[in-house]
Amino acid sequence: MANFFPKWTNQLPWKVVICLGVLTLSIAAAVTYYFTPKFTRVGYQPTQPVPFSHALHVDQLGMDCRTCHSFVEVASHSNVPSVQTCMSCHTQIKPDSPKLAPVRAAWNGGKMDGPPVNWVRIHRLPDYVYFNHAAHVNRGVSCYSCHGNVNTMEVVYQHEPQSMSWCLDCHRQPENALRPPSEVFNLNWKATSAHEQYQLGSRFKAEWGVNPPTDCGGCHR
Amino acid sequence: MAEGTLSPVEERARASVERAPLVAPGRTRGWISDYVSSIVEAKTPRWWWVAISITGTLLLVLIACTTYLVATGVGVWGNNHPVGWAWDITNFVFWIGIGHAGTLISAILFLTRQKWRTSINRAAEAMTLFAVICAAIYPTMHVGRVWMSWFLIPVPNANGIWQNFRSPLMWDAFAVLTYFLVSVLFWYTGLIPDLATLRDRATTKVRKFFYGILALGWRGGNRQWRHYEMAYLLLAGLSTPLVLSVHSVVSFDFAASVIPGWHTTIFPPYFVAGAIFGGFAMVLTILIPARAVYRPLGDLITVSHIDKMCKVLLFTGSIVGYAYLMEMFMAWYSGNPFERATFWYRATGPYWWAYALMILCNVAVPQLLWFRFFRTHVIWVFVIAMFANVGMWFERFVIVATSLTRDFLPSSWGMFHPTWVDIAMFAGTFGLFGTLFLLFIRFLPMICMFEVKAVLPSANPDSGGKL
Repeated sequence: MANFFPKWTNQLPWKVVICLGVLTLSIAAAVTYYFTPKFTRVGYQPTQPVPFSHALHVDQLGMDCRTCHSFVEVASHSNVPSVQTCMSCHTQIKPDSPKLAPVRAAWNGGKMDGPPVNWVRIHRLPDYVYFNHAAHVNRGVSCYSCHGNVNTMEVVYQHEPQSMSWCLDCHRQPENALRPPSEVFNLNWKATSAHEQYQLGSRFKAEWGVNPPTDCGGCHR
Repeated sequence: MAEGTLSPVEERARASVERAPLVAPGRTRGWISDYVSSIVEAKTPRWWWVAISITGTLLLVLIACTTYLVATGVGVWGNNHPVGWAWDITNFVFWIGIGHAGTLISAILFLTRQKWRTSINRAAEAMTLFAVICAAIYPTMHVGRVWMSWFLIPVPNANGIWQNFRSPLMWDAFAVLTYFLVSVLFWYTGLIPDLATLRDRATTKVRKFFYGILALGWRGGNRQWRHYEMAYLLLAGLSTPLVLSVHSVVSFDFAASVIPGWHTTIFPPYFVAGAIFGGFAMVLTILIPARAVYRPLGDLITVSHIDKMCKVLLFTGSIVGYAYLMEMFMAWYSGNPFERATFWYRATGPYWWAYALMILCNVAVPQLLWFRFFRTHVIWVFVIAMFANVGMWFERFVIVATSLTRDFLPSSWGMFHPTWVDIAMFAGTFGLFGTLFLLFIRFLPMICMFEVKAVLPSANPDSGGKL
């Protein structure tokens, strides 16, 4: 039999195998890094029609989250405030600020019939995920756990990946996130140590009977 | 009486115990290589083009239907409440069952030293692979969101979830994938020496390259043969339990549920026997035409081979018949009213004709194979094998659909009506199967040349070099 292939091809299979191995690993690594919400979602910071500063309102002025997001404790959906909420202060404070022009246009002198403010949604769960704000904040899960330190953000951005595995991390071990009910809306609260957090969280979990669902039907009805 | 002469009685006695030769007398080793390779090397015959244009058209139908299904949703099938599993699962089990004969022939018959396997194992294994490919289409499409079907594979993912290992559907995915992988390895390992033969005979550059790559540098040295024999033996050992496990696990899809007519312990052996029955029927269905087209193959796949396959068909067909009877008996003996009602419904309800066809094709018609006449006349064998093919499809349909049409509550009773997509896809899988098989015949040696040479009389050390 003749030699169809030159001698250097003897090493070819190994080279191919190694290249394919490296390629597979690189693709897996790239997908893991670039194709998950950790990369695609975290840090998403769109320009909003009104440069509303949470840092100013919450951190400096000391307003509570619930002043504007008023249904968060009673509804599954945490509302974006209506312009009436904004104007209840801003008719008095900085009533002529050019930054507030879209709000005033929507308010339209109290008739509320102007073009609505087109806030850009940041935290977007798939439509087959049923998340309930009230269920979480009433059982010691702080805004902080999912939204980060919004109180210090000039412009809000997504702080957490909010992927399914991220949800499950907490659903499987809620003691790492539960805090005293009085501190749910205090975004600066922090347990003094990881150990204390675990102790507190375990106690709340036991006392309140926190048993987060980890079956499909818990979130995908 | 003189030495060496036999009385007529003795002669007849000897003739009845002597086995028919596995290769027709006069065929030499050289002829085997020349003839089997010539099928691949000759100019593409006209019948091949005609055949592949038919199967290729059907394959296009399959691709079109699959695209339509993925783009629209599984609702284009007739599956609907209460029959959530219908033709898709029927066809899945049908094709997977066909995929059993190949590995049975190549692994179990290898381990049990059945030399008659040598001329049929290559084609049967190829058929196995193609049947499993056809089968895999159905569950993949049935999941609905096809792009999510990788969820079946346990890899770490961004959803932080893991497979439900308590589900028999999960076991099924593993069983079928394992079976496919091992079958591919087994088939390819067995092909290597013959690919080297084709490489060495190749005259064109493309052929040299193509078969040269596939032959993986096989030179036929002693060391290589020793490694080969060991690898083949190990793979045969690995495949043997798979022959039994795959269809057992497929039967768990049903048996592990609570539906009357499905929840039975007889299912695993009954399914395995049915799979071997259906598989051998399909082997006969494709080898008999191949033998008719390439007439000299009749000297390698002799009437005696077909006779032996018919015996397997008869045996497994009878097991299946026994299982049908036993199902009926157990339904009555269990005293469970739902079980009784289901089986009574199967035989006498609106699907009575499917049940009757199943009994006719799988139990009644194969009984003809008790007669040597039917086992040795290939036309009859072909007809009986076709009956078995039809019967095995109806068996799966009867199991899958009739149990679902009558649930526990009369409020959830209904009938199943296939849509045109159901029908076109089923026809399309035959197109896929046929296309793959035609490509196989055209580009790979259909008969395992080196193994057939080993069963020639001249390969026997005691033959004294006689042909």
